[in-house]
Amino acid sequence: MHRGVHALSLEATDLYEKSREHIAKFINTKNPSEVIFVRGTTEAINLVAYAWGLNNLAKGDEVLVSLMEHHSNIVPWEITAKQKGFTIKYANVHDDGTLDYEDFENKISKNTKLVGLSHVSNVTGTINDVKRITEAAHDQGALMLVDGAQSVPHMTVDVQKIDADFLAFSGHKMLGPTGIGVLYGRKEILEGMSPYEGGGEMIKDVSYNKSKGHCDLTWNELPYKFEAGTPNIAGAVGLSAAVSYLEEIGLDNVLSHEKELTEYATNRITECKKVTVYGTTDLSKKCGIIPFGVKGLSSHDVALFCDNFGIALRSGYHCAQPLHQIFKLESSARASFYLYNTKEEVDRFIEVLREFDQI
Amino acid sequence: MSTVADYVSRIEGTCGAGSDVIVVFKFDKKDEAVANILKKATLKNTIAGIIMELTYKDTSFRVYKTGKAIFRGIESKPKLMDLLAELLL
Repeated sequence: MHRGVHALSLEATDLYEKSREHIAKFINTKNPSEVIFVRGTTEAINLVAYAWGLNNLAKGDEVLVSLMEHHSNIVPWEITAKQKGFTIKYANVHDDGTLDYEDFENKISKNTKLVGLSHVSNVTGTINDVKRITEAAHDQGALMLVDGAQSVPHMTVDVQKIDADFLAFSGHKMLGPTGIGVLYGRKEILEGMSPYEGGGEMIKDVSYNKSKGHCDLTWNELPYKFEAGTPNIAGAVGLSAAVSYLEEIGLDNVLSHEKELTEYATNRITECKKVTVYGTTDLSKKCGIIPFGVKGLSSHDVALFCDNFGIALRSGYHCAQPLHQIFKLESSARASFYLYNTKEEVDRFIEVLREFDQI
Repeated sequence: MSTVADYVSRIEGTCGAGSDVIVVFKFDKKDEAVANILKKATLKNTIAGIIMELTYKDTSFRVYKTGKAIFRGIESKPKLMDLLAELLL
């Protein structure tokens, strides 16, 4: 791809680049070269932490994230902080799982170089006002990284409207294949960054300098500078197909369907005496996720029980241990809804949960 | 002679403060595995006919008709393997 001149190579290149253009349009970037294909949200954030963070952060600098972040927006910063000596600050989350905006904004200072925030919490479904936080970050000269893993699949996300400098999301959460995701980065920032990985594709020139005894390197242009090696061509094309499907249905319709199911399930779940719902139930602040627990059972018991009826629940920390510490929970079970779920399935889910009343 | 590996497909640690361990029995051996366990362990409670709460010696655990078992507070994998050997074989 990009390198071969035969028909199959050209066809693959064409499909791959058309996928990039399509996804760029989907999130409304100014330029398709601002879309970098990665393995998923985790790799996207790691790319920023390593390719930007290692070269731009030092002792005295601060990275600010919230306590509701997925581990993928905590761990890369903790690792690079140990290497570079910068400080990570954590903004508080209220007991109902909503962001403490005041605390967040108070913690942004002139020392803050990057702010990272989930657009939607993967545990509670809480929707964060990322535009508000972006404005506060930019006021202090900090960059804004939005973890869009839980928002891009469910609602219209326009990178120019939210004004993010980076946006990360995954294909497998939006009907696409596994192993493909996107890092959006503002062009001028990406241009100033060093590559994340080295190899083919990301390099323009590798010239052996006999007198110096090493190779002189010239990076490839964007976005290829960040796509070392043969890319996941099938994944990118598959993600584009998934985006076409979502566009055909309309993301506003997807979101309203999810909200309707969440409202219905949130109301009906109160019929289950042993069930406690965690986080806010204010539907104006959240989308299609209901975290809950069953009295006397671990979340894994609940998930295995529901599995018996063909209901797939996630259990555990959901890779968000700090948020569970705030909730004072060992773990939680999570019901999540998407465009393919129905009210009848919610009814069945409630029926199954009511079995716990017999305990 | 049977071994634990004849019955167990996978052993998965779970995330969460409790550090539960889920034992997944092989599909074609799950009924036999559950039957063997029920012969040796004491049935304390059944939830909706699906979850069986059991105890064996000092260990409490839950077995699911779908062929899975959850053990909590197991100190190490060798101890779990010893326990499974006693229950399954």
